[in-house]
Amino acid sequence: MACTAEDVARALRAVAAVVKEHREELIRLDREIGDGDHGENLARGFTALVSKLDGDVPALPGGVLRLAATTLISTVGGAAGPLYGTAFLRAATSVGDAATLDAASVAGALQAALEGVVARGKAAVGDKTMVDALTPAVVAAEAASAGGGDVGAVLTAAAEAAEAGATATVPLVARKGRASYLGERSAGHLDPGARSTALVLRSFAGQVLS
Amino acid sequence: MKKIINDPATVVADALRGMALAHADLLDVEHDPAVIVRADAPVPRKVAVISGGGAGHEPLHGGFVGRGMLDAACPGAVFTSPTPDQVAAAVARTDGGAGALLVVKNYTGDVLNFETAAELAAADGVDVRTVVVDDDVAVEDSLFTAGRRGVAGTVLLEKVVGAAAERGVDLDGCEALARRVVANVRSMGLALTACTVPHAGEPSFTLADDEMELGIGIHGEPGRRRVPVGPADELVPALLDPILEDLPFAEGDRVLLFTNSMGGTPLIELYLAHGIAERLLAERGIVVERRLVGPYVTSLEMQGMSLTLLKLDDEMVELWDAPVHTPALRWGV
Repeated sequence: MACTAEDVARALRAVAAVVKEHREELIRLDREIGDGDHGENLARGFTALVSKLDGDVPALPGGVLRLAATTLISTVGGAAGPLYGTAFLRAATSVGDAATLDAASVAGALQAALEGVVARGKAAVGDKTMVDALTPAVVAAEAASAGGGDVGAVLTAAAEAAEAGATATVPLVARKGRASYLGERSAGHLDPGARSTALVLRSFAGQVLS
Repeated sequence: MKKIINDPATVVADALRGMALAHADLLDVEHDPAVIVRADAPVPRKVAVISGGGAGHEPLHGGFVGRGMLDAACPGAVFTSPTPDQVAAAVARTDGGAGALLVVKNYTGDVLNFETAAELAAADGVDVRTVVVDDDVAVEDSLFTAGRRGVAGTVLLEKVVGAAAERGVDLDGCEALARRVVANVRSMGLALTACTVPHAGEPSFTLADDEMELGIGIHGEPGRRRVPVGPADELVPALLDPILEDLPFAEGDRVLLFTNSMGGTPLIELYLAHGIAERLLAERGIVVERRLVGPYVTSLEMQGMSLTLLKLDDEMVELWDAPVHTPALRWGV
């Protein structure tokens, strides 16, 4: 199976629903080690994206991803706006003008998204950020794609690896973002950015499989 | 949570409508995207000085928009940086042909959004420079964190650089001056209570009655440690000593002493603390040439205070004294 622009739009609507559902949880996670706005900001951004998609869905998958990027950048704020926005922008650039996305192009888009996040936020694995979820997701997606998996298999592998990566942030001491000011006190908390990354990938996988 | 609000989602927009009415002579307030602009912008051939950050720190930054200070301020959601399109709109609205200087506090979200905005503005052909303020001495190991935060020292920079831009200093000159202020300003704060962000509904952290958080940023996030609350004679040196050691400030230095309330601490306590700080500085032979005392960089209703020292030279003193006409600072006009 291959993803059309409509599929990507449907996946993004699912992301918006999941983010809304987990808004309180993300606020709580962020309040523990940050400033408590992550759930609110992401919910605001994806809600705005859904209203744009309700107006008009771009014809190509890359166009939908680009719309997500510009909407998130202009409505989320905080660190998450530029980071998620850059991720979607790089993913859009990576898929180019393709009419549909196959497993290899989805894996490639995830790789491009990770490179964008790293370039903007300058975080590495182990800094207790969304990079800790996105990096293993990219590795798993590429392995699934190279092994002949379809789009659903690639996204499922990415989602599972992202969840494991997010869980692995719990014992870490933050070195980037607001949580870094807590130093040792940031250990013992799930990173909200890693958690939201896992949620986004899980909802993408769930949509494509359904 | 008890607050004078309707809907947490519209707090900033609702507040901006009131601000526009309260200061219609000084400000134009635009809502989509949210930008607070001085009423006579753009001023031809003047460098536009623009700042912004999360709402909830009032009067920072919107209260400092006006003649002799900021050309525009971009308020984000509460404690959330503004978005790049807000900053880009502020640049477009205030560009008088001499370029724009963006004053950014060193928080990851602010830096990323302003960086993105600077790229957008540069693509539109405007000469945009960015200065990152990082005056908070509470952050010790900046190699392992996002670096020192920009806190109350930002106000002093906005006043000094705003005055320079007002008298026609070009973009290179304004940028160099801003970097000189950043190099000479240091701050540290403490919190006695937490604050409640409207959309979160409960306090950001909890402190026991006998505890304080030492070395906070302007959202209450910690920098150094949680310690027992002592008398003011112990609290003030706990803020002042790390500042003095950091630059370091030395006997004979001329400084501006800024005693700032985090919002919930009343002036009676602030003046009391200011008096102690002046005495301690006098004992070290440091000359307090200028002062600012009040709630200028706040964290909603948080109780607490910060101290800021700016090492002055003749040019900075002259620019500090220059006329300013904004909602929150006004003299010489």
